[in-house]
Amino acid sequence: MQAITMTQTEVKTSQPTTQQSFLEIRDVSKTFVTSKGDFPILENINLTVNEGDFICLIGHSGCGKSTLLNMVAGFLSPTEGEVLLESQRIVDPGPDRMMVFQNYALLPWKSASDNVYLAVDAVSPKKPKAEKLQIVHDALAMVGLTEAANKRPAQLSGGMKQRVAIARALSICPKVLILDEPFGALDAITKEELQEELLKIWTDNQVTVLMITHDIDEALFLADRLVMMTNGPSATIGEVLEIPFARPRDRTRLMEDPKFYELRNYVLDFLFHRFAHDDD
Amino acid sequence: MTAQATRGVGRPQTNAIIDQVLKVLQRMIPPAIAIVLFLLVWQMFTSSPTANLPSPIKTVQETWELIIDPLYDNGGTDKGLFIQIWASLGRVAIGFTLAAIVGIGLGILTGASRLMHLALDPIFQVLRTVPPLAWLPISLAAFQQAQPSAIFVIFVTAVWPIIINTAEGVRQIPQDYNNVAKVLRLSKMQYFFTILLPASMPYIFTGLRIGIGLSWLAIVAAEMLIGGVGIGFFIWDAWNNSRISDIIIALLYIGIVGLMLDKLVNWAGSFVASADQK
Repeated sequence: MQAITMTQTEVKTSQPTTQQSFLEIRDVSKTFVTSKGDFPILENINLTVNEGDFICLIGHSGCGKSTLLNMVAGFLSPTEGEVLLESQRIVDPGPDRMMVFQNYALLPWKSASDNVYLAVDAVSPKKPKAEKLQIVHDALAMVGLTEAANKRPAQLSGGMKQRVAIARALSICPKVLILDEPFGALDAITKEELQEELLKIWTDNQVTVLMITHDIDEALFLADRLVMMTNGPSATIGEVLEIPFARPRDRTRLMEDPKFYELRNYVLDFLFHRFAHDDD
Repeated sequence: MTAQATRGVGRPQTNAIIDQVLKVLQRMIPPAIAIVLFLLVWQMFTSSPTANLPSPIKTVQETWELIIDPLYDNGGTDKGLFIQIWASLGRVAIGFTLAAIVGIGLGILTGASRLMHLALDPIFQVLRTVPPLAWLPISLAAFQQAQPSAIFVIFVTAVWPIIINTAEGVRQIPQDYNNVAKVLRLSKMQYFFTILLPASMPYIFTGLRIGIGLSWLAIVAAEMLIGGVGIGFFIWDAWNNSRISDIIIALLYIGIVGLMLDKLVNWAGSFVASADQK
């Protein structure tokens, strides 16, 4: 208990920046209209993301995390409010906000490199073929899949499929990379490997990342800021936690840092005391 | 040492081949026994002199000419079984190809468009239950000739399962693939060829397989009525001339050809729709 109260004073919630913001979610609410009535999923969401930020979202299932990211991706549009990317209102999906889907969403009849090529070709059809192939090659090399380039998704492990999905997403140089629980289905070792790779890719490419996770340790290891959602219906952002660890981050050293456990307990407290799930 | 090593390598190999042969034999024994038993029972029930149907031995004796010379041609409709079957297959090929083209086209249309689905699905659902032969009089009235009428009957028999399965395949395209198409802003053409068609291929082939089976069922019945060269009329002709043994041999041919057609479409399907697809 003592640790929690102590942390609370130390944690700052982020202040909306006054300067020209990169990605802005402004007064967003989302209500799903069904035959049984209206379901308010999200209410009054405000979030400002700076260019190059790594943002993680955490919250109980059904709190509307995916709905929020789907509105950034453009698959859904807000009932109220708006989402702006570089001051442009987001109205539909586009390759500048590339998504890494929960189930990888690779086309099973295409090889790993053909899956990536599809994206490269769709986004820049006018580039010469050799250049497009080079981009595909580089993207797969970046995630360590040069060897498996000609394999089909069914021949790849879960971790490798996720790598292909990440390679596909990054091959088209999106402004924002959206990841919906990308490592949820992977074993612990693969998960840690991919987290490190994602961090490296993020550092090298200076892309802005929005990522949903259920894993507190993952969020603390990866993110600049952790967005904690309250429970649905009518979920909103409960708190935004600044994660102050210096980069590059080293997992082992992070684990030894007492600050890591303070933050971890703080998030646990948020999720399991202040916004505990009713049916748990 | 070396001798031992070679023997060590050689032995498992020969064993593997023997194992393989034994496995094939083991798989062939049960159906062989079943066939022998079936022939024995058939022989038992038909060996009395007053039996209505010929026994297996009598069937083979009476149809020996047909079996050994499947390609004879005495003019008119008096031709060997291969030629008869070939004529039937030709009609099926034309009718089925038309059904595949129209069926896949209409299937994609009704699968992709909700409006088209609402408008056309009731028509499909009613027409698909009409038995093939019920179409024949209409077909004869429309075409006035035997050949196009038979082909139309094949077409109209095979087209419904192809339409319905193709439409289902298009509707079952995982949302994930559609989302990929949306985020990459694929053009309609790109979407059609890179996502829609390959994703619905397994369903399309299910439809084609059902369609070819139904076509083969329908052609025999249709040919019985329209006459001419073809396995259906061959059977009808044999019946009118009380050559029951000929009918039995023809039935065997029809069964084997039907099985082969099914395998052929299935094989083509496994070739086109990748096995990785789930």
